[in-house]
Amino acid sequence: MPLQTLEDSPPELDKLWQTLEAVVDPEIPVLTIADLGLLRDAEIGADETVTVTITPTYSGCPAMNMIEQEIKRVLGEAGYGAVEVKTVLHPAWTTDWLSESGREKLRAYGIAPPAKGSTSKRALFGAEPEVTCPHCGSKETEQVSAFGSTACKALWRCRSCLEPFDYFKCI
Amino acid sequence: MTADTEKMTPEQQALFDYLLRLGDNAVVLSHRLGEWCGHAPVLEEDIALINVALDLLGQARSIMTYAGEVEGAGHDEDALVYRRDGFDYRNVLLVEQPNEENFAVAIVRQFLFDAWHYELQTALLQSSDARLAAIAAKSVKEVTYHLRHSSEWMVRLGDGTAESHGRVQEALDDLWRFSGELFEADAVEERMAAAGIGPHPQSLYAAWSETVDRVLAEATLSRPEDGWMQSGGRNGRHGEHLGFILAEMQFLQRAYPDARW
Repeated sequence: MPLQTLEDSPPELDKLWQTLEAVVDPEIPVLTIADLGLLRDAEIGADETVTVTITPTYSGCPAMNMIEQEIKRVLGEAGYGAVEVKTVLHPAWTTDWLSESGREKLRAYGIAPPAKGSTSKRALFGAEPEVTCPHCGSKETEQVSAFGSTACKALWRCRSCLEPFDYFKCI
Repeated sequence: MTADTEKMTPEQQALFDYLLRLGDNAVVLSHRLGEWCGHAPVLEEDIALINVALDLLGQARSIMTYAGEVEGAGHDEDALVYRRDGFDYRNVLLVEQPNEENFAVAIVRQFLFDAWHYELQTALLQSSDARLAAIAAKSVKEVTYHLRHSSEWMVRLGDGTAESHGRVQEALDDLWRFSGELFEADAVEERMAAAGIGPHPQSLYAAWSETVDRVLAEATLSRPEDGWMQSGGRNGRHGEHLGFILAEMQFLQRAYPDARW
């Protein structure tokens, strides 16, 4: 689902979206909620109430409450009055919504970005996508576990530089 | 809590009961998985089981929030989870079965559930209830990873050493009698199927059975014969195990009502 384009939008809406750029994911602080595609909509109502719509990466993502608080804090400091944060499940978030700049920021942070057009996740063993080591760039990598330090990441290791790394897994 | 439900129409009551079944399955299994925190055989598996538990807890929250709205009695997800007694819990018996400090038991329980849960959530994508379809669209992505994970462990353990094979086969033989309840139809399920809200339970059996056969064959495990199937959990008739889960899970909210972080 494409995000609202900023072209032709009124300047006060541009400013709102730019202000929201300051809100980052508490677990991956190099990414903004816009980079991640978690920020689905932001609008200013007739009564000046700001409504921000976000969506979780995973059902149990514990960062959602903190992101909501951050949105309210950042907008409050920017002088906005009443702020409502809505959480929607539909359409379901996908790693495809990660922006190109977000993918590059992830790599620089040491997390391999999600593969594009991944193979079936129902296949057992050996059906993992090709993942490039974010440290040395080698493609000689292997999965250690499909579940990692947060819901959205898997544990991988590099057979070239022998370093372990996080992989932002496809969903 | 039952007194308030008199205000619901028969359709709302059936939907409420159905949502409690979905939510309670997720809550109780999440709790069982949580018991492995710090106790799993290897660190990666500790992390994996807790990740699965977290996904299920998140799914339960989405479902229970909706259930509270359908009930219309002012109960939020916390009230429904922490203030209902065992008789009002609607989970299938499979998910409340204890870990017995046996990893094979945890994996077999998870595999039998995941294989069914995947088909259920896939079917719920077509639900006439938009809210439930949205929750399913989120959940099915997570459950796909769960099924893959538990299936791979079935193969590793089954086609592993004589010790691991024996343990997982024993767990399978022991837990098989709780698989029948997943496919039982009753008035609630029939009403949901007729309204296009949920799939008819029996419609999920063929795909579940195919997944089980495929994985058991690769795992060199024998499929147990269908015998007596134990059921009752979805109607509030539980074994002794659920009470212990609730005693631990609900203690804080019972002792300090409305306590917040």
